[in-house]
Amino acid sequence: MTARSKSVDVAVRAQHKYIPATESEREEMLKTVGVSSVEELFADIPAAVRLGRPLQLPPALSEPELMAHMRTLAEANLHNDRAVCFLGAGAYDHYVPSVVWHLAGRGEFLTAYTPYQAELMQGELQAGYEYQSMLCALTAMDVANASMYDGASATAEAAVMAKDLTHRDEVLISTAVHPEYRQVLHTYTAPLGIHLREVPYRNGITDLGALAQMLSPRTAGVLIQHPNFFGALEDGAAAADLAHRAGGLLMCAVADPLSLGVLNPPGAWGADIVCGEGQPLGGHLNFGGPYLGMLATRQEFIRRIPGRLVGATVDTDGRRGFVLTLQTREQHIRREKASSNICTNEALLALAAAIYMAALGKSGFQKVSELNVRKAAYAKEVITAIPGFRLAFDSPTFHEFVVRTPLPPEEINRRLLPRGILGGAPLGRWYPDLSDAWLLCVTEQRTRAQIDELAAQLEKMR
Amino acid sequence: MSLRSRGRDFPLIFELSVPERVGSSYPSPDVPLRPLDELIPARQLREEAAALPEVSEPDVVRHYTRLSHRNFSIDEGFYPLGSCTMKYNPKVHEDVAGLPGFARLHPYAPVEHAQGALQLIWELEHLLAEIGGMDRVTVHPAAGAHGELTGLLMIRAYFHAHGEARTKVIVPDSAHGTNPATASMAGYQVVTVKSDARGNLDVDALRAVMDRSVAAIMLTNPNTLGLFEERIQDVERIIHGGGGQMYLDGANLNAVLGVARAGDQGFDVMHMNLHKTFTTPHGGGGPGACAVGVKAHLAPFLPVPTVERVGERFVLDYDRRQSIGKLRAFYGNFGNLVRAYAYIRTMGADGLRQVAESAVLNANYLLALLRGAFDLPYDRICKHEFVLSGLRQKQQSGVTTKDMAKRLLDYGFHAPTIYFPLIVEEAIMIEPTETESKRTMDEFADAMLAIAREAQDRSEVVKTAPHTTPVQRLDEVRAARHPDLRWSPR
Repeated sequence: MTARSKSVDVAVRAQHKYIPATESEREEMLKTVGVSSVEELFADIPAAVRLGRPLQLPPALSEPELMAHMRTLAEANLHNDRAVCFLGAGAYDHYVPSVVWHLAGRGEFLTAYTPYQAELMQGELQAGYEYQSMLCALTAMDVANASMYDGASATAEAAVMAKDLTHRDEVLISTAVHPEYRQVLHTYTAPLGIHLREVPYRNGITDLGALAQMLSPRTAGVLIQHPNFFGALEDGAAAADLAHRAGGLLMCAVADPLSLGVLNPPGAWGADIVCGEGQPLGGHLNFGGPYLGMLATRQEFIRRIPGRLVGATVDTDGRRGFVLTLQTREQHIRREKASSNICTNEALLALAAAIYMAALGKSGFQKVSELNVRKAAYAKEVITAIPGFRLAFDSPTFHEFVVRTPLPPEEINRRLLPRGILGGAPLGRWYPDLSDAWLLCVTEQRTRAQIDELAAQLEKMR
Repeated sequence: MSLRSRGRDFPLIFELSVPERVGSSYPSPDVPLRPLDELIPARQLREEAAALPEVSEPDVVRHYTRLSHRNFSIDEGFYPLGSCTMKYNPKVHEDVAGLPGFARLHPYAPVEHAQGALQLIWELEHLLAEIGGMDRVTVHPAAGAHGELTGLLMIRAYFHAHGEARTKVIVPDSAHGTNPATASMAGYQVVTVKSDARGNLDVDALRAVMDRSVAAIMLTNPNTLGLFEERIQDVERIIHGGGGQMYLDGANLNAVLGVARAGDQGFDVMHMNLHKTFTTPHGGGGPGACAVGVKAHLAPFLPVPTVERVGERFVLDYDRRQSIGKLRAFYGNFGNLVRAYAYIRTMGADGLRQVAESAVLNANYLLALLRGAFDLPYDRICKHEFVLSGLRQKQQSGVTTKDMAKRLLDYGFHAPTIYFPLIVEEAIMIEPTETESKRTMDEFADAMLAIAREAQDRSEVVKTAPHTTPVQRLDEVRAARHPDLRWSPR
């Protein structure tokens, strides 16, 4: 570090690795601008609102110091390379093939902006189109957008969409939908005058008898999750039928799209809007974000779908190319009349999801989905064979299920941690009547030996 | 859709598909292999596998690598998109965000086993509070617009708690489209106020619309013309005088880091786009990450959970009676919070101040190089960006701003933001950021000047640009009239 600065406001200043301008270049540029110091460039800021002191921040770290510090913070967390994870509840520990982030993490994708200049950005536009196509194939819907923030906010936007499409003001939401999705739905809909009513669950699935009673000419839509928060399979077709007969829409949240490798897709049983969480499609757990909001709908509703859409077109030579399209729905054109305020989305996660789905492919996706079903079924069997542990509900499930436990689930989790096992989610926090209920998740990542070890540990706790 | 020259089209991954190819390997089941319909009722099972591509792993790698070559990134070149702050994204941030302790951490891991992550969030919130001059910060929002909604909902809750039902939000005519869209989503009626001849918010017009029905003003400062609101103190007096709240859209924070803080200008709420100022990569449109800072009177309304420090431990506090609730699941786009935190720890106070100084110097330097060749509707010292107009070229030779933007692509640059802000005809909005060298800006200015000459001398070449990109100018009208939003089998 040399003290050669001529700047009037800072006497000694190190050249920074992210800022190319050298002192002599600065001088040259100031001369071109026609001012004698950088300070003059800030003369339009009233003195009274200036910060008359340096920011109070910790001293700058060099790269090796930063790396050491970040490692210390990271190692203070029990991550899934060190723990055997039976925790799901909206964030899923699936295997992420190496190709996914080697490709999605390429600087050409990672450090690009929204494709405003389509001719220069065919790579991510085409990847977006491929993602939309794959999501449609998976859900059996007609149209998918290029991404939303996460499963919860996508679900809230679906409800707003239902209101706009039906001009009705009430949304019925199953209490078997993820509690955080319901909270987000409440936050989004309250200022818009949307009336939310919660439909109770019975035996772990939405109580359709109660739903039938609650439907009315005010009902814009019915929102279920499938598989639901308890891991159980809903009777989507019956729920859709009820909603449609009342003139409303059926919205289906999907918290783990890998389930669609085995399950009849929502588009096939009558869902009008599919929303949910795409993190399981190649995204890391990342302590809750960034994740991938999914939103798909029927052809007739495309002009009310929020967010960006990639469309195919041709160039002046007749070659296929891709652009952002139907933008008159969006905030930069429509301003206060837009279908949503969303601008920045989760494009990189959508790209990763496309790569993930392509790598797994038609048969691989089905295979991984089946592995989830089989491993979870095995775990369900061995755990409920332990006296004191019983299934809370007997509805069929995908890769999560709820167990009633002889000890408080929080206590079980505490005892499992020293064995390197991250137990399931205790449900009492969201459902007071389920304070002895434990939501376990078993993905393809878990081995039979790990499941047996969990059972062996539980055996000691009966 | 039948296309004339399908043979020359770059293939879709679906078009590479060959039945029975696979691109992944998973273990065979180590648990009993019972028929699937014993585990799941047959009517719930999918009848036909989803029509995903059937490709090998090398197919996947080559396809997406080739797609990456058909893209333009800040790693490759200059990206002067005004209002987007396309600065260099440090590589070390990818390494730290990818550490298993962060990337492989489940959001519901017990808090005593997520102390490193919670400490990082807590520290980041405090660093950002100091940078913004605010009392508390939340890092829940996923993007700027999401932060705006968070902020306005807190303002709404604040007035509700005080028994006031205000119905309007004031937005300048130069504002980002997200501002009015957010105000609508938060249940407010939008009142637009014009800008004055110097590019400031028109204070007299503001005074005329301010009354007790106004909940807030959403202001961007420096504004979208790249100009500091010189009368910010008058604005503050008018808004607060009428009992309203001051919301800062912090999209342009890069210009004033360590120089002027929102809190000291009287703002009650602000958002900071971590993907702009704090250099988390844009990912081709997202993920972003956003922090919202508030003054103490709004802190009770922050989204849940907040991260609190109790002695040496960090905890999640869900028990906040006046909270607006949640706007997303979990706690924020954590992976990007790691990157933003790493950036602030790398820069320190002096580094961040240098960012603002260099960003502003670069913008003024580039403006000095270009001002002769283009119209400059607001001729002042700018902050981190400036707005030219292509009106002269349009009138003289029929070459539009869009044409010139497309022509820039042939010169190896991304185009500036165009046709925004809406108050400038044929707008060209240029933001170089602090991470560009004088040499890059000189080259860019040469290209802009060459295009201005081309507009005069050989306008056809500009009007038909781009000529060197993977595809030529695309038919956007056709895309909108005949939406083709997905590939279908056959």
